[in-house]
Amino acid sequence: MNAEGWLRRKGLQSLLLSGLVWQGLGARVAYAQRMNSGRLQTFEDMVQPIVKGAPIVKKDVNLEAPILADNGSLVPVQIHVQSPMSAQDHVTHIYLLSQRNPVTQMAVFQLGPWNGRAEVSTRVRLAGTQDVVALARLSNGEFRYSQMEIVVTESACVDAS
Amino acid sequence: MTRVRVQWPDKISAGEVVKVRMLIQHPMDTGYLQDFSGKLVPRNVIQSLTCTLGSQEVFRVVPSSGVSANPYFEFFVRATNTAEFKIEWTDDKGVKGQHLQIFNVTS
Repeated sequence: MNAEGWLRRKGLQSLLLSGLVWQGLGARVAYAQRMNSGRLQTFEDMVQPIVKGAPIVKKDVNLEAPILADNGSLVPVQIHVQSPMSAQDHVTHIYLLSQRNPVTQMAVFQLGPWNGRAEVSTRVRLAGTQDVVALARLSNGEFRYSQMEIVVTESACVDAS
Repeated sequence: MTRVRVQWPDKISAGEVVKVRMLIQHPMDTGYLQDFSGKLVPRNVIQSLTCTLGSQEVFRVVPSSGVSANPYFEFFVRATNTAEFKIEWTDDKGVKGQHLQIFNVTS
Protein backbone atom coordinates (compact mmCIF):
# COMPACT_ATOMS: atom_id res chain seq x y z
CA MET A 1 0.00 0.00 0.00
CA ASN A 2 1.46 3.33 -1.05
CA ALA A 3 1.36 6.47 1.08
CA GLU A 4 -1.41 8.08 -0.94
CA GLY A 5 -3.70 5.09 -0.49
CA TRP A 6 -3.06 5.08 3.23
CA LEU A 7 -3.89 8.74 3.47
CA ARG A 8 -7.07 8.21 1.48
CA ARG A 9 -8.13 5.35 3.73
CA LYS A 10 -7.48 7.38 6.88
CA GLY A 11 -9.36 10.33 5.41
CA LEU A 12 -12.41 8.23 4.63
CA GLN A 13 -12.29 6.64 8.06
CA SER A 14 -12.25 9.97 9.84
CA LEU A 15 -15.05 11.24 7.61
CA LEU A 16 -17.17 8.26 8.57
CA LEU A 17 -16.35 8.67 12.24
CA SER A 18 -17.17 12.36 12.26
CA GLY A 19 -20.50 11.52 10.67
CA LEU A 20 -21.28 9.12 13.49
CA VAL A 21 -20.19 11.59 16.14
CA TRP A 22 -22.33 14.28 14.55
CA GLN A 23 -25.37 12.01 14.66
CA GLY A 24 -24.74 11.19 18.30
CA LEU A 25 -24.43 14.88 19.07
CA GLY A 26 -27.72 15.58 17.33
CA ALA A 27 -29.45 12.91 19.36
CA ARG A 28 -28.02 14.38 22.55
CA VAL A 29 -29.24 17.84 21.69
CA ALA A 30 -32.71 16.48 20.97
CA TYR A 31 -32.62 14.63 24.29
CA ALA A 32 -31.39 17.67 26.23
CA GLN A 33 -34.11 19.84 24.75
CA ARG A 34 -36.62 17.11 25.44
CA MET A 35 -37.94 17.40 21.93
CA ASN A 36 -38.99 13.78 22.04
CA SER A 37 -40.21 12.21 25.22
CA GLY A 38 -41.00 8.65 26.07
CA ARG A 39 -40.44 5.71 23.78
CA LEU A 40 -42.26 4.84 20.63
CA GLN A 41 -44.78 2.10 21.20
CA THR A 42 -45.53 -0.51 18.63
CA PHE A 43 -48.95 -0.68 17.02
CA GLU A 44 -49.80 -3.85 18.93
CA ASP A 45 -48.84 -2.21 22.25
CA MET A 46 -51.18 0.67 21.55
CA VAL A 47 -54.13 -1.28 20.25
CA GLN A 48 -54.20 -4.64 22.04
CA PRO A 49 -55.28 -3.33 25.52
CA ILE A 50 -58.50 -2.19 23.86
CA VAL A 51 -58.99 -4.71 21.06
CA LYS A 52 -58.12 -7.82 23.12
CA GLY A 53 -57.78 -10.06 20.09
CA ALA A 54 -61.00 -9.02 18.30
CA PRO A 55 -60.84 -8.62 14.50
CA ILE A 56 -59.32 -5.31 13.44
CA VAL A 57 -59.23 -3.99 9.87
CA LYS A 58 -57.70 -0.85 8.39
CA LYS A 59 -60.68 0.61 6.53
CA ASP A 60 -63.73 2.88 6.86
CA VAL A 61 -61.93 5.28 9.20
CA ASN A 62 -60.75 8.63 7.93
CA LEU A 63 -58.28 10.46 10.14
CA GLU A 64 -57.62 14.04 9.21
CA ALA A 65 -54.84 16.00 10.83
CA PRO A 66 -52.00 18.24 9.69
CA ILE A 67 -48.99 16.36 8.29
CA LEU A 68 -46.77 18.90 9.99
CA ALA A 69 -47.90 20.43 13.26
CA ASP A 70 -45.99 23.50 14.37
CA ASN A 71 -47.32 23.42 17.90
CA GLY A 72 -47.60 20.06 19.60
CA SER A 73 -49.85 21.54 22.30
CA LEU A 74 -52.65 22.10 19.87
CA VAL A 75 -53.09 19.71 16.97
CA PRO A 76 -56.55 19.61 15.40
CA VAL A 77 -57.71 16.08 14.64
CA GLN A 78 -60.85 14.96 12.85
CA ILE A 79 -62.08 11.38 12.72
CA HIS A 80 -64.81 10.22 10.40
CA VAL A 81 -66.01 6.63 10.39
CA GLN A 82 -68.09 5.37 7.49
CA SER A 83 -71.07 3.83 9.22
CA PRO A 84 -74.84 3.88 8.66
CA MET A 85 -75.26 4.65 12.40
CA SER A 86 -78.45 2.59 12.58
CA ALA A 87 -79.62 0.72 15.67
CA GLN A 88 -78.12 -2.53 14.31
CA ASP A 89 -74.89 -1.16 12.88
CA HIS A 90 -73.25 1.81 14.52
CA VAL A 91 -70.01 2.99 16.05
CA THR A 92 -70.00 2.78 19.84
CA HIS A 93 -66.53 4.10 20.67
CA ILE A 94 -63.81 6.07 18.95
CA TYR A 95 -60.36 5.93 20.54
CA LEU A 96 -57.57 8.35 19.75
CA LEU A 97 -54.22 6.71 20.46
CA SER A 98 -50.78 8.24 20.57
CA GLN A 99 -47.55 6.37 20.01
CA ARG A 100 -45.29 8.56 22.11
CA ASN A 101 -47.37 10.46 24.67
CA PRO A 102 -47.07 9.44 28.34
CA VAL A 103 -50.80 8.73 28.16
CA THR A 104 -51.49 6.51 25.15
CA GLN A 105 -55.26 6.86 25.16
CA MET A 106 -55.66 10.55 24.38
CA ALA A 107 -59.44 10.59 24.23
CA VAL A 108 -62.34 8.15 24.09
CA PHE A 109 -65.62 9.18 22.49
CA GLN A 110 -68.85 7.29 23.05
CA LEU A 111 -71.38 7.50 20.25
CA GLY A 112 -74.61 5.81 19.30
CA PRO A 113 -77.33 5.63 16.64
CA TRP A 114 -78.73 8.99 17.85
CA ASN A 115 -75.68 10.76 16.46
CA GLY A 116 -76.63 10.06 12.84
CA ARG A 117 -73.05 10.49 11.71
CA ALA A 118 -69.88 9.03 13.20
CA GLU A 119 -67.66 12.05 13.08
CA VAL A 120 -65.84 13.82 15.90
CA SER A 121 -63.07 16.35 16.07
CA THR A 122 -60.95 17.72 18.85
CA ARG A 123 -57.55 19.20 19.52
CA VAL A 124 -54.81 17.11 21.08
CA ARG A 125 -51.34 17.41 22.54
CA LEU A 126 -48.51 15.46 20.95
CA ALA A 127 -45.10 14.80 22.52
CA GLY A 128 -43.06 14.82 19.34
CA THR A 129 -43.25 13.27 15.90
CA GLN A 130 -45.25 10.07 16.00
CA ASP A 131 -48.01 7.93 14.56
CA VAL A 132 -51.54 8.65 15.71
CA VAL A 133 -54.15 5.91 15.52
CA ALA A 134 -57.91 6.39 15.38
CA LEU A 135 -59.65 3.22 16.46
CA ALA A 136 -63.38 2.68 16.12
CA ARG A 137 -65.35 -0.01 17.90
CA LEU A 138 -68.44 -1.11 16.02
CA SER A 139 -71.64 -2.35 17.62
CA ASN A 140 -70.88 -5.92 16.43
CA GLY A 141 -67.63 -5.94 18.41
CA GLU A 142 -65.30 -5.48 15.44
CA PHE A 143 -62.70 -2.76 15.14
CA ARG A 144 -61.70 -0.42 12.34
CA TYR A 145 -58.70 1.84 12.41
CA SER A 146 -56.66 4.40 10.58
CA GLN A 147 -53.09 5.47 11.19
CA MET A 148 -51.23 8.62 10.30
CA GLU A 149 -47.83 10.09 11.01
CA ILE A 150 -47.77 13.64 12.32
CA VAL A 151 -44.49 15.55 12.31
CA VAL A 152 -44.36 17.79 15.37
CA THR A 153 -41.78 20.58 15.42
CA GLU A 154 -42.39 21.58 19.03
CA SER A 155 -43.36 18.90 21.52
CA ALA A 156 -46.18 19.50 23.97
CA CYS A 157 -43.98 18.19 26.77
CA VAL A 158 -41.42 20.99 26.55
CA ASP A 159 -41.92 23.41 29.36
CA ALA A 160 -42.73 26.90 28.17
CA SER A 161 -41.65 28.65 31.37
CA MET B 1 -64.95 30.64 36.45
CA THR B 2 -65.37 28.17 33.67
CA ARG B 3 -66.99 29.32 30.52
CA VAL B 4 -68.60 27.20 27.86
CA ARG B 5 -69.55 28.03 24.33
CA VAL B 6 -71.80 25.72 22.35
CA GLN B 7 -72.85 26.29 18.82
CA TRP B 8 -75.19 24.64 16.32
CA PRO B 9 -76.95 25.90 13.20
CA ASP B 10 -79.57 28.64 13.68
CA LYS B 11 -82.32 26.78 11.89
CA ILE B 12 -82.75 23.09 12.54
CA SER B 13 -85.56 21.02 11.09
CA ALA B 14 -86.68 17.73 12.63
CA GLY B 15 -84.76 14.70 11.42
CA GLU B 16 -81.76 16.73 10.38
CA VAL B 17 -78.27 15.69 11.45
CA VAL B 18 -76.53 18.77 12.81
CA LYS B 19 -73.01 19.54 13.89
CA VAL B 20 -72.55 20.60 17.51
CA ARG B 21 -69.37 22.43 18.42
CA MET B 22 -68.32 23.21 21.95
CA LEU B 23 -65.44 24.91 23.63
CA ILE B 24 -64.87 24.59 27.36
CA GLN B 25 -62.56 26.87 29.25
CA HIS B 26 -60.35 24.59 31.32
CA PRO B 27 -56.55 24.61 31.89
CA MET B 28 -56.18 20.82 31.36
CA ASP B 29 -52.91 20.77 33.35
CA THR B 30 -50.99 17.65 32.37
CA GLY B 31 -48.98 17.23 35.56
CA TYR B 32 -45.71 17.17 33.58
CA LEU B 33 -45.09 20.90 33.27
CA GLN B 34 -43.61 23.32 35.79
CA ASP B 35 -44.78 26.75 36.81
CA PHE B 36 -42.47 29.79 36.88
CA SER B 37 -41.00 28.85 40.26
CA GLY B 38 -40.06 25.39 39.02
CA LYS B 39 -42.72 23.44 40.88
CA LEU B 40 -44.69 20.80 39.04
CA VAL B 41 -48.26 21.85 38.36
CA PRO B 42 -50.49 19.01 39.62
CA ARG B 43 -52.56 17.22 37.03
CA ASN B 44 -56.00 18.72 36.56
CA VAL B 45 -57.86 17.46 33.53
CA ILE B 46 -61.50 16.84 32.77
CA GLN B 47 -62.15 13.21 33.62
CA SER B 48 -65.42 12.83 31.82
CA LEU B 49 -67.76 15.06 29.87
CA THR B 50 -71.29 14.17 28.84
CA CYS B 51 -73.82 15.86 26.60
CA THR B 52 -77.49 15.14 27.12
CA LEU B 53 -80.23 16.15 24.73
CA GLY B 54 -83.58 15.91 26.46
CA SER B 55 -83.31 12.62 28.34
CA GLN B 56 -80.94 10.94 25.87
CA GLU B 57 -77.21 10.99 26.45
CA VAL B 58 -75.88 11.79 22.99
CA PHE B 59 -72.16 12.18 23.51
CA ARG B 60 -69.64 11.18 26.13
CA VAL B 61 -65.94 11.83 26.01
CA VAL B 62 -63.21 10.69 28.38
CA PRO B 63 -60.31 13.06 27.76
CA SER B 64 -56.84 12.72 29.22
CA SER B 65 -53.83 14.96 29.59
CA GLY B 66 -53.46 14.42 25.84
CA VAL B 67 -56.27 16.83 25.08
CA SER B 68 -55.32 20.48 24.61
CA ALA B 69 -56.07 23.21 27.11
CA ASN B 70 -59.54 24.70 26.61
CA PRO B 71 -60.79 21.50 25.02
CA TYR B 72 -62.81 21.73 21.85
CA PHE B 73 -65.15 18.98 20.71
CA GLU B 74 -67.27 18.57 17.66
CA PHE B 75 -69.88 15.90 17.04
CA PHE B 76 -73.13 15.29 15.17
CA VAL B 77 -76.58 14.67 16.52
CA ARG B 78 -79.91 13.87 14.92
CA ALA B 79 -82.51 16.52 15.85
CA THR B 80 -85.98 15.29 16.74
CA ASN B 81 -87.68 17.96 18.83
CA THR B 82 -86.90 21.04 20.86
CA ALA B 83 -85.16 19.94 24.03
CA GLU B 84 -82.74 21.01 26.68
CA PHE B 85 -79.08 20.49 25.82
CA LYS B 86 -77.01 19.86 28.89
CA ILE B 87 -73.23 19.56 29.21
CA GLU B 88 -71.79 18.17 32.42
CA TRP B 89 -68.19 17.46 33.36
CA THR B 90 -65.97 16.60 36.30
CA ASP B 91 -62.28 17.34 36.65
CA ASP B 92 -59.46 15.95 38.83
CA LYS B 93 -60.04 18.56 41.53
CA GLY B 94 -63.60 17.31 41.84
CA VAL B 95 -65.03 20.48 40.35
CA LYS B 96 -68.25 19.77 38.51
CA GLY B 97 -69.36 21.99 35.68
CA GLN B 98 -72.67 22.31 33.94
CA HIS B 99 -74.06 24.23 31.03
CA LEU B 100 -77.65 24.39 29.82
CA GLN B 101 -78.95 25.65 26.53
CA ILE B 102 -82.20 25.17 24.64
CA PHE B 103 -81.84 23.16 21.45
CA ASN B 104 -84.46 24.72 19.17
CA VAL B 105 -85.99 22.61 16.40
CA THR B 106 -88.42 24.28 14.02
CA SER B 107 -91.22 21.87 13.12
